[in-house]
Amino acid sequence: MVPLSYYMILSAIVFATGVVGVLIRRNIIMLLLSIELMLNATNINFVAFSYYLDNVAGQVFVFFVLTVAAAEVAVGLAIIIALYRDKATVNVAELNLMKW
Amino acid sequence: MATLSFFYFGSVIVLCALLVVALRNPVHSVIALLVMFFHIAGLFVTLHAEFLAAVQLIVYAGAILVLYLFVVMILNLQQDDSYQRQVKLGVGLGLLALAEVTAIIGKAGLPEEPVSGRAAAGEAAAAAVAGNTETIGKALYTTYLFPFEVASLILLVAMIGAIIMAKKGLMGQESEQK
Repeated sequence: MVPLSYYMILSAIVFATGVVGVLIRRNIIMLLLSIELMLNATNINFVAFSYYLDNVAGQVFVFFVLTVAAAEVAVGLAIIIALYRDKATVNVAELNLMKW
Repeated sequence: MATLSFFYFGSVIVLCALLVVALRNPVHSVIALLVMFFHIAGLFVTLHAEFLAAVQLIVYAGAILVLYLFVVMILNLQQDDSYQRQVKLGVGLGLLALAEVTAIIGKAGLPEEPVSGRAAAGEAAAAAVAGNTETIGKALYTTYLFPFEVASLILLVAMIGAIIMAKKGLMGQESEQK
């Protein structure tokens, strides 16, 4: 049997990859994809804990994370389309309308 | 066997996650993410979360990624898509955070085995007690009924928000429309 800490380290690696993706990419769609990576890392954690602690609550929470991810994608992509229509760019460096 | 499947799924997940961040073409990134979602679903199956594995495939791979692919292709992003200037700083910070988390996990004293008798009783017997979907459904409609309703509200808000955002002329561009 694989120890629980292996799953947590796997999840931490995926989460860190997502964080690095948010930090280094210029394309705003890639930022949203990196956020998906992070959400999936938390899902792995939730399911692993749910199995190892024999508690179904973890899986229910994954269900809610999925809901939030779907909502985030719908609104986020809609914002990206509206932005692209307005500015004709998806480069986050050029989207500085609210920068002080 | 369980160890082998964990390392297979884990290595493919890590590899695909790195590819998602590293590949320059957004379409390739989305494809890498698709492969990663499939392997996460496989990992869920090995953790006896069959319902979530199916939902992962249907919702993530089936709906969310198709939406991404649509937008990437609508916007036709063949323009300059290089990395930010702070690549080294970003990777360094990510590795630092990863090292911290790994150190904490190493000292946390997490259980090596599932705590209750589920694994000890034999996997076939455990699966026969109650179906995974049934258990989740019961928890969702009894203990977590209120969060479940809130989730439906979130989806409604997201639906309306997406329509308003993406529709032309609804957000102060009426003059353009006439």
